[in-house]
Amino acid sequence: MATKKKTQPLKNKVESFFSKIVDDIPSDKLSSLIVIGIKTRGEHLGKRLVARISERKGKDVTFGTIDITLYRDDFENRKNWPQLGRTSIPNNVQGKNIILVDDVLYTGRTVRAAINSIMDYGRPASIKLAVLVDRGGRELPVQPDYLGISIKTLDDEMVNVYLEEVDGREEIEIIQKNGV
Amino acid sequence: MGVLIKNGHVIDPSQSLDMVSDIYVQGDRVKEISKRIDTPRKSDIVIDANGQIVAPGFIDIHVHLREPGYEHKETIKTGCLAAAAGGFTSVVCMPNTNPINDNASVTEYILLKARTEGIVNVFPIGAITKGEKGEELADIGEMCEAGCVGISDDGMPVTDSGLMRKAMEYVKPFGIPVITHAEDLGLSAGGVMNEGFVSTELGLRGIPSASEEVAVGRDIILSELTGTPLHICHVSTKDSVRLVREAKKRGANVTAEATPHHFTLTDREIYGYNTNAKMNPPLRTQKDVDAIVEGLADGTIDVIATDHAPHSQDEKNVEFDLAPFGIVGLETALSLSLKLVHEGIITLDEMIKKLTIVPSEILGIERGTLAPGSIADIVVFDPEKGYTVTPGEFFSKGRNTPFSGWELKGMVSNTIVSGKIIFSCN
Amino acid sequence: MAFSKKHILGLGDLSAEEINIILDTAESMKEISTRNVKKVPTLKGKTVVNLFFEPSTRTRSSFEIAEKRLSADVLNFSVSQSSVVKGESLLDTARNFEAMGASIVVVRHGMSGAPFVLAREINASVINAGDGAHEHPSQALIDIFTIREKKGRIEGLNVLIVGDILNSRVARSNIFGLRKLGAKVRVVGPATIVPKYFSEMGAEIFYSLEHAIDNVDVVIMLRVQNERKTLEYFPSLREYSGLYGLTKEKLELAKKDTIVMHPGPINRGVELTSEIADDPHAVILEQVANGIAVRMAMIYLVALGESL
Repeated sequence: MATKKKTQPLKNKVESFFSKIVDDIPSDKLSSLIVIGIKTRGEHLGKRLVARISERKGKDVTFGTIDITLYRDDFENRKNWPQLGRTSIPNNVQGKNIILVDDVLYTGRTVRAAINSIMDYGRPASIKLAVLVDRGGRELPVQPDYLGISIKTLDDEMVNVYLEEVDGREEIEIIQKNGV
Repeated sequence: MGVLIKNGHVIDPSQSLDMVSDIYVQGDRVKEISKRIDTPRKSDIVIDANGQIVAPGFIDIHVHLREPGYEHKETIKTGCLAAAAGGFTSVVCMPNTNPINDNASVTEYILLKARTEGIVNVFPIGAITKGEKGEELADIGEMCEAGCVGISDDGMPVTDSGLMRKAMEYVKPFGIPVITHAEDLGLSAGGVMNEGFVSTELGLRGIPSASEEVAVGRDIILSELTGTPLHICHVSTKDSVRLVREAKKRGANVTAEATPHHFTLTDREIYGYNTNAKMNPPLRTQKDVDAIVEGLADGTIDVIATDHAPHSQDEKNVEFDLAPFGIVGLETALSLSLKLVHEGIITLDEMIKKLTIVPSEILGIERGTLAPGSIADIVVFDPEKGYTVTPGEFFSKGRNTPFSGWELKGMVSNTIVSGKIIFSCN
Repeated sequence: MAFSKKHILGLGDLSAEEINIILDTAESMKEISTRNVKKVPTLKGKTVVNLFFEPSTRTRSSFEIAEKRLSADVLNFSVSQSSVVKGESLLDTARNFEAMGASIVVVRHGMSGAPFVLAREINASVINAGDGAHEHPSQALIDIFTIREKKGRIEGLNVLIVGDILNSRVARSNIFGLRKLGAKVRVVGPATIVPKYFSEMGAEIFYSLEHAIDNVDVVIMLRVQNERKTLEYFPSLREYSGLYGLTKEKLELAKKDTIVMHPGPINRGVELTSEIADDPHAVILEQVANGIAVRMAMIYLVALGESL
């Protein structure tokens, strides 16, 4: 199977993405804010976001991570499920304002799973969605509240985000699987 | 009408015969063996045995035909068919039927059934005690008169040594042997497989080697005390072989048999809880297999017998503890014995001896020889022809074999009983 | 995914890697029990049957909670209400539940190897919840999980198993699992129930608890199983508990941070004194809590395996 790859650097796009979010958070809401990153790369983006918030606002906010595997809706595809990761969400989500962070938004199914998962910890006041890359192709009515980059892709293309702390480089990679 | 077997390699240990010859059978008797016999009559059947072995029909001294009482496992008819396909012209059937063969009427029933439905010779063994309960002697004299060729407690050993001694003394004037299933039930303690590393891993109750050896020792001593010939069934352990060897050296009137599974397999077959590897005595370890093979080679073990013990698939397809002991053997015995020949452990002549004249002499039956004038029970087989063991194709009702799927060599082409070709396969 | 087993029949046929995947998955599962809603939707619409041919409230309850936390539909079948009494075979019983749509069968049976009969003959996945004297994989995985949690590792640890080794499925599963993960295992008990063959399985054999306990990191006390006729093997419970019961004095011969485990239910005063059962060294209740997470992991991984 022949594949074609193109990449584009992320450079300061991540930082401007974070700036948008930080600018939007009212200082009086900081104590009720929880940033939750979706495994794996959403977790790292979330950690960075939490660092930016504390740099800019001078206050630490609560951080959590979520593994959505147990909430997936594609059981028939279970052979390709990754090994189960750790979820760690503070148990007091009741009445909190949550920012859910992920790297790529595609069908919207991961976000659906993440929202369901969070609901099992309590009833937050609000959940906002922050994604670095929106590649289109939604299958569920899910839209981001904060967006870094929007790119147009085809169904047979795969979009991967690489981050310094996991991959040693910062870029978006679009892979075309010819003849699939 | 006669049968002419041409160009076969005739091996008959009873006459020390080992050469390419023709054999002519007239009626139920062997008429002539010589280099070249031309068809005397047009109506004679001619078997081309070129490249094949021609031997006296095999005698299996240890078979469970299951009839009467357990006809869902096997009948005299199907057991005899399986025997014929395996090259056996005589089977010796054990008394643990239902009712137990502990009196002349059961013996007569078995022999009647065998005459009407069985295509090979059937020689019954009578029980030592009534109902195999180990309490009082069975009607040994009457059974002997009715046609039993030995007495045995196979399946349910006589625990009381005093009673065993009485049985040996009593049977002596009748001239038939005592055939012992040597097992000390107290030591077996409800075990279901060999006691050892494998049973420990599998968490199954073990039957120690000592359980057999203690009983082998006892029965040899009682045989020496009474002077009654003793035949020891299915020797499975290294030290049983040693005990028999030492007894023979002392001049005791003792013979012993080994089964193909005991000289081929170890208890590792049971991994996965394979109930088709569950039998009694159980499969032991490699050192035991080696000792049995050595015993076969040096003559300590006189006879190869199958302990053919058919069971239905439903009976075997259960929890290991619940599965009955026993595997079928009539249709795989020849090729498993030939394996020893192919591996150079025993000669073809020795193998045939252990399957013909020796069991015949132990039981005092007039079989196991091709001497002119004797009853024409003959097997013709190709020792090199390969096949895959396929239980679904067995003539036996039993499919319970651990050898399923094995690639083996040695196939019977013709089995002749009393001058009649009762099985042929080309 | 490196775990592709359709059945979990014992630690004897799992690799070290597979055991580690179960333990890691169990760690993720453990978090679920801390949530407000202690349930994930993963096995919604799947049916699991708990087929218990031997009474066991504890293991059965633990499996049932695990199954329910994964949203499976649960059917319980125990011997008291069974058709086994009416003569139905193990296989026919299991096939009936399969016909009702069960895709995982959790089986407890008094005879070694019974789960193997099912695994061979039915399409559903089979999890062994204890078979005869053979294996009790979920209990050993719980023990190993708890050890790993307390000690941070398995490799290089000295683990002592005390009691009726011969008749214990917990001992066998632990020996298989601990050896595969690099621990050293000792066994101790009366000579009649500590057969020499255990040394071939990689365990070091002792007959004196005082000697065996020296320098061990973990002590696993086995239950004296009256129902398994353990009592045939030694003269009296009094003599047994005198020689092999764990007391404060004997525990002091081990390390300062030695942990004490017991698969339960405890016979206080026989295997261990009340003092030990309630001592901070004892992690017996933590084993019970970890049981749910470990069993969730087993069910989840088997569900991800071949069948359904």
